[in-house]
Amino acid sequence: MKPVFAMLTALLLMISTLAKADLTIEITQGSDRAVPIAIVPFAQQGQANLPENIAEIVRNDLAHSGQFSPLADNALIAAPHSSEQVNYRDWRAVDSNYLVVGQVTPEGNDYRIQFELLDIYGERRMLGEVVTVGQNQLRSAAHYISDQVFEAVTDIRGAFSTKIAYVTAEGAADNRRYGLHIADADGHNSQQILTSDEPIMSPAWSPDGNKIAYTSFETGRPAIYVQNLANSQRVQVTSFEGINGAATWSPDGRKLAMSLSKDGQPEIYTMDIAAGSFQRLTNNSAIDTEPDWSPDGESILFTSDRSGGPQLYRYDLSSGEAKRITFTGNYNSRGRFSPIGEDIFMIHRTSDGYHVAKRDMRTDRLTVLTDTRWDESPSVAPNGSMIIFATQEGNRGVLGVVSADGKASYRLPSAQGDVREPAWSPFLN
Amino acid sequence: MQFNNYVKSLIVVVALAFVAGCSSTGGTQDGSMDGSAGGVGGQGATTGQVGGTGMGQGQGMQGQGQGMQGQGQGRVPQQRTIYFDYDKETIRPEFESTLNANAQYLRSNPNAKVILQGHGDERGTREYNLGLGERRAKAVERYLAVQGVSDSQIEIVSYGEERPAVDGHSEDAYAQNRRVVFDY
Repeated sequence: MKPVFAMLTALLLMISTLAKADLTIEITQGSDRAVPIAIVPFAQQGQANLPENIAEIVRNDLAHSGQFSPLADNALIAAPHSSEQVNYRDWRAVDSNYLVVGQVTPEGNDYRIQFELLDIYGERRMLGEVVTVGQNQLRSAAHYISDQVFEAVTDIRGAFSTKIAYVTAEGAADNRRYGLHIADADGHNSQQILTSDEPIMSPAWSPDGNKIAYTSFETGRPAIYVQNLANSQRVQVTSFEGINGAATWSPDGRKLAMSLSKDGQPEIYTMDIAAGSFQRLTNNSAIDTEPDWSPDGESILFTSDRSGGPQLYRYDLSSGEAKRITFTGNYNSRGRFSPIGEDIFMIHRTSDGYHVAKRDMRTDRLTVLTDTRWDESPSVAPNGSMIIFATQEGNRGVLGVVSADGKASYRLPSAQGDVREPAWSPFLN
Repeated sequence: MQFNNYVKSLIVVVALAFVAGCSSTGGTQDGSMDGSAGGVGGQGATTGQVGGTGMGQGQGMQGQGQGMQGQGQGRVPQQRTIYFDYDKETIRPEFESTLNANAQYLRSNPNAKVILQGHGDERGTREYNLGLGERRAKAVERYLAVQGVSDSQIEIVSYGEERPAVDGHSEDAYAQNRRVVFDY
């Protein structure tokens, strides 16, 4: 009789306090198609310094998206804080297409934030809104403003109020500590939700954003867990012999797709979470892993090396047939559907390394999006505009973000340790 | 690929480090979470001891812990790690003596159990690398089976690229990370 699994282990601590290990953004490449926009520092009524600079957060959000090119502070030709104070001609003179103005007024313990978006060439107000938030929600309010501005100009829903999950590893080989973290999409407000002496892998957000599935080796063997983010309660959902990995959620949140090797080699299974029942989708002697559910729920993308090297396949859940969909290069793996449209993002190996690449479903064309060499674990923002991934900078694992067109990119390095396996949350509001 | 002296000496170092670290055990758990939802067709719903953790955490010395040495014939072999070529699970001839020694130990100690830890280098995606690590461990399992070792003595846990023996992006580091470790 082989050793049995224990339910959980005390080697593991659940921590839900704020950790000061935020990721900071370094822009690596801007887009030449970015739209010029001026964001004037918000006027402050009443008391002294606000704990957060709203206009700066909005400026950073919009700049990171690659779709906007915010004017530098010294190019701001005036300092209006409402539309009545705006002279459109001034802003045309500095080639700004759009203008964001606003003001913050304390109201008891809360802040009343008023903001407006103006179309400089159309000479019209596109947005005007008031939000009232508590002091610790100022960053959220700023991301909300970024979302509104982004959508008003691009017609694409903003994803600045989303979060990311990621795994960290600290320490040398023999005493490495692994952590699972949640942070705002810009790397702020990081929070460790799990720590372990054994590897943690493959975090995946439930479609409602309330839970995270992951693989943890805390018992000495891999098992898949689902953790509720609100109360830190969690359930071990699989603990089969062999690989228990790569879980991802069905769009309705009722099932998980995963890779299990209990029957010999890694195969793709779906699991009905409530019923605890499993369905095997693949059956061959190859490695089948890294499943991802299509947004319409009708097919599952996965990696298989049944042809010799890893390539992406698409399994049709109604016909039960798997069709190979990548043919460019000899290494394509870890595919992820864009939540919108027809693109698939993946890791593609070229002669100089492993890159994030995009496959256009209509043209079958494969485009390499990154020039970093050790990319892994792409995860797409819920609006399809950006892809977060893990890569290497020097000898450290860092997170990178690239726009879906490859034109803009930035990094989210951590102050210490390796950061890896990012997962972008769904829309949370 | 020629196996150079540097790597050979590192193997000894790694093996010794492994011996020093192998006696760690997992703790108990406080039962605050629900483990019973697992185990459909698997082993997860059974309560019992926490399995010994993988290599490396413990500070105990050789001989503590599992009490393997006393109960059978011979000692746990000193060499418990073998290495693989890039993207391969083929057993290299220079490691057959290591495998034979471990096979002999397992045969003469039918109650002894081993976890074969499969590892890979960092190149490629993590979940796919779990599969590659498992392939290597299974190649070792097949070799041991041919040598007459009962499969009930063997369990496989693949770590893929998650637990490198050596950090870094050099070919040397990769060569030391593509390995299967006998974890008794």
